[in-house]
Amino acid sequence: MTRRLSVFNVTSLVLGFAFLYLPILLLVIYSFNASRLVTVWGGFSTQWYGALFRNQALMEAAWVTLRIALLSASIATVLGTLAALALTRYGRFTGRTLFTGMIYAPMVMPEVITGLSLLLFFVAIDLDRGFWTVTLAHTTLTMCFVTVVVQSRLMTFDRSLEEAAMDLGAPPLRTFFAVTLPLIAPSIVAGFLLAFTLSLDDLVIASFNTGPGATTLPIRIYSQVRLGLSPEINAASTILIGLVTLGVISATLLSKRSVLRSQRNAH
Amino acid sequence: MKERSFMKSLSAGLVPAVPYLWLGVFFLVPFLIVLKISLSDPAVAQPPYRPLFEWSDIMGFFSALDFENFELLTQDDLYFRATLSSVRIAAISTLLLLLVGFPIAYGMARAPERHRSLLVALVILPFWTSFLIRIYAWIAILKPEGLLTQALSGIGLISEPIEILNTEWAVYIGIVYAYLPFMVLPLYATLEKMDDTLLEAALDLGSTPWRSFWTITVPLAMPGIIAGSLLCFIPAVGEFVIPDLLGGSETLMIGRQLWSEFFSNRDWPLASSVAILLLIILVLPIVIYRDVEARRLETRP
Repeated sequence: MTRRLSVFNVTSLVLGFAFLYLPILLLVIYSFNASRLVTVWGGFSTQWYGALFRNQALMEAAWVTLRIALLSASIATVLGTLAALALTRYGRFTGRTLFTGMIYAPMVMPEVITGLSLLLFFVAIDLDRGFWTVTLAHTTLTMCFVTVVVQSRLMTFDRSLEEAAMDLGAPPLRTFFAVTLPLIAPSIVAGFLLAFTLSLDDLVIASFNTGPGATTLPIRIYSQVRLGLSPEINAASTILIGLVTLGVISATLLSKRSVLRSQRNAH
Repeated sequence: MKERSFMKSLSAGLVPAVPYLWLGVFFLVPFLIVLKISLSDPAVAQPPYRPLFEWSDIMGFFSALDFENFELLTQDDLYFRATLSSVRIAAISTLLLLLVGFPIAYGMARAPERHRSLLVALVILPFWTSFLIRIYAWIAILKPEGLLTQALSGIGLISEPIEILNTEWAVYIGIVYAYLPFMVLPLYATLEKMDDTLLEAALDLGSTPWRSFWTITVPLAMPGIIAGSLLCFIPAVGEFVIPDLLGGSETLMIGRQLWSEFFSNRDWPLASSVAILLLIILVLPIVIYRDVEARRLETRP
């Protein structure tokens, strides 16, 4: 029996995706608006993109955000991969329940709580707020997401490949780098990208933990948005959306190609 | 030889130890500090609370703890109202998310198999773009002279601008929009695995489609319904950005209250008490969610 799409199914899919994409589409269209009034169309123009690149404060914030995201996502990827290995390969070690709790809690915990508690911790240990406190905070939050992504790959992993390498005399560390790591690499890359975007995007935790000289892009955008709509923010958003779309599409194509290649090698 | 195996077990022990230690220091310890500060008194100083803890003065530490902030929380009914309204808004949003998300997930699960991964990617894609930007996009749509009013009056449905921005409705729209992937994906995961022959059997035996939906599809989709609902409800209770940008000053939510105690009133102890209050509300849903997730990951073949 093949599944058939009813009229109801098609309608709900069309309406659902329209709901998901229409607001983003409108935002992109109105970034090319010549009028200063964001909701009144005044002809096509790219002037806001020029204004954007001349906006020193916004550019500086973008640079800070990028550095924090790269650094925190890199550390989070290492920590998250280790945590995923610990959860899948170490059986029931002492304190495992607490460990899984600490992995899942930050993902659903309201950001205001995570942000406030980390800030109070940094104040208690007398660490100056700024670039490093935001980086540490983002690492802590995003490593949990990396853990879940890598863990779900390790769960479906064929352990016999590792056993074969060990039987042939490869020491554990070598087995890990020669067999395990290449097989879970796509999920590690996916985890890194997820951590990177989450860090780029975070407003709440960064607001609590930031200090002088570490104003991130979301904090800057948020303070401008509170003052009212601005076509420059539309332009900045469009660039971000374009970059993310490009990134996701190329990642999908890459993973598709590697799947095809491994299928070809298997035959 | 013995030394080598010692080194080996030491390095093997590092795999769980490093992330464990990190989360202990940056997740668990900060919590204990929030708890401690929620029990201390505010001070006009930098940092703006009176430090409580001196190792040399353990007795003094315990005598200085008091529940003043929590008494304040119970006396001022602002916090009670904020708590109730957060839970109400989150619950209504979760219900709306189920209503909107279920038909989408169901449609995806019934789509031809070769299209399904594309549909999943299309649901995930907006999630990768900035949360803040997606909420920002709705301001232009919902504001009084905004795009929705223009569109509806353009086709002659309304003559007056509609007021949605700065009402609770805008918050519902924002939460449903921002959290939709979190609802659709768990639902889709369970619906996709569903055995269609069960539905056929029910129809053959004379059940109406509506009845077989409630007696077969819904119970089978329950794990997805529970996971998706918790995944939306928990963060929605503490949501700050959406009520702040779309809800106007009328919408009371506890995450927003915490933010203003901290940033505007600079009362860190009270902000910490609000955080503890929020945590107490969410402890049960978080524990259930952790169990559901851990079971889902561990039973996977």
